[in-house]
Amino acid sequence: MSVPVENNEKFAAYAHPERLVSTQWLADNAGTPGLVVLESDEDVLLYETGHIPGSLKLDWHLDLNDQFSRDYVDGDQFAAVMSERGISRDDTVVIYGDKNNWWAAYALWVMTLFGHEDVRLLDGGRAKWIAEEREMTRDVPAVETSEYPVVERVDAPIRAFKEDVLEHLGKALVDVRSPGEFKGELLHMPDYPQEGAMRGGHIPGAKSVPWARAADEDGTFLSRSALEAIYQEEQGLSPQEDVVAYCRIGERSSHTWFVLTHLLGFDAVRNYDGSWTEWGNAVRVPVER
Amino acid sequence: MGHRESDLPMAMAELAEDFQSVSAKERLQILLELADGVPDLPERYAGNLDKLERVDECQSPVFVIAELRDDGFRTVRLYFEAPDEAPTTKGFAGILYESLDGLPAQSVLDVPDDAPFRFGLAEAVSPLRMRGMVGMLSRIKRQVALRLESDATTVANEEQS
Repeated sequence: MSVPVENNEKFAAYAHPERLVSTQWLADNAGTPGLVVLESDEDVLLYETGHIPGSLKLDWHLDLNDQFSRDYVDGDQFAAVMSERGISRDDTVVIYGDKNNWWAAYALWVMTLFGHEDVRLLDGGRAKWIAEEREMTRDVPAVETSEYPVVERVDAPIRAFKEDVLEHLGKALVDVRSPGEFKGELLHMPDYPQEGAMRGGHIPGAKSVPWARAADEDGTFLSRSALEAIYQEEQGLSPQEDVVAYCRIGERSSHTWFVLTHLLGFDAVRNYDGSWTEWGNAVRVPVER
Repeated sequence: MGHRESDLPMAMAELAEDFQSVSAKERLQILLELADGVPDLPERYAGNLDKLERVDECQSPVFVIAELRDDGFRTVRLYFEAPDEAPTTKGFAGILYESLDGLPAQSVLDVPDDAPFRFGLAEAVSPLRMRGMVGMLSRIKRQVALRLESDATTVANEEQS
């Protein structure tokens, strides 16, 4: 059962206002049947240190990534993750997290691969909730498991693979990493372990728009007009063109995918989750610095 | 205890066994307790983070410094600064603090580089997240080695003059 959309002046300007809720809305609607709140953070222990009452943890590594292949979980695994949290296919899921909702947006994107229809982000995420001195708890709610259906993942519309990006060269690409990563200046240091890549730089033709530019100081999304000023006026992207966004492993670019798709209404944005950890290690792919 | 732990310093081997003897979920709880147990920086470092080394392998701003005492063992003292918003990383610091603080310099240098993987944490927090702890350990060992080396240089210079 899905929960009514928030009536909010700021959100109303976005292409898909139904994709966001405010902290006040969440506080007011806590406990509504059909509403499930999930916390998704970079740090796997952050939820345990305290979370929004009634919320459940969804960890991007342990719950959403396949533990063997570099891929997302399959339909069976996803159904198990959802069922364990008592989520039904038609529930409204609100996700929030740390780092300006970086991982929350990633979780939302993965849920979209499985076609879960009503997934929303908490504007401002964990930080805003805490800044407003709203209630936090260490209590983990007991949930009654649900029977989430096994749904096949549909990647093509919103996920790009390396081969897709090679075909896409010459069209709009958005590199959402830091300027240092974009320029290829961030390379490894002697004797230090690093996860990075064999080559530094960016995919030819990519525009550098660090993901955090879409967030305001309090972690909320910028207004529609401020976002248009960045992505459409400054970068010249058009909502009608095919866009591929990427970063290091596809987390930060999920945030940008959310902004372009749901806030600005771009028709065809794909997230290249292989991102630089694949491209920067792949043999004979073009690199620009 | 299996032979795998035998090349770890005693406190580290015991901690590894504590982790290994419980479920993955309980390991997270131990990690959280260790995060809470990392002492605050002493006054001489508080607000002087430039004196510490940043651990770039951690996505959160984490800093570490290894001091060597002027005793016969060159006892290692460890100081960490890690944000409360990064409890996993802070927990890694807690493991290294509990395991290595107060050991002779040579014992720290002898810690195998794969020690971070002896706690059964990869399955509890995911292998990718282990990078931060590997980075912390290698930086600690490097600092200890550099400080021992500069001792040797000082001694050599004193002998020459």
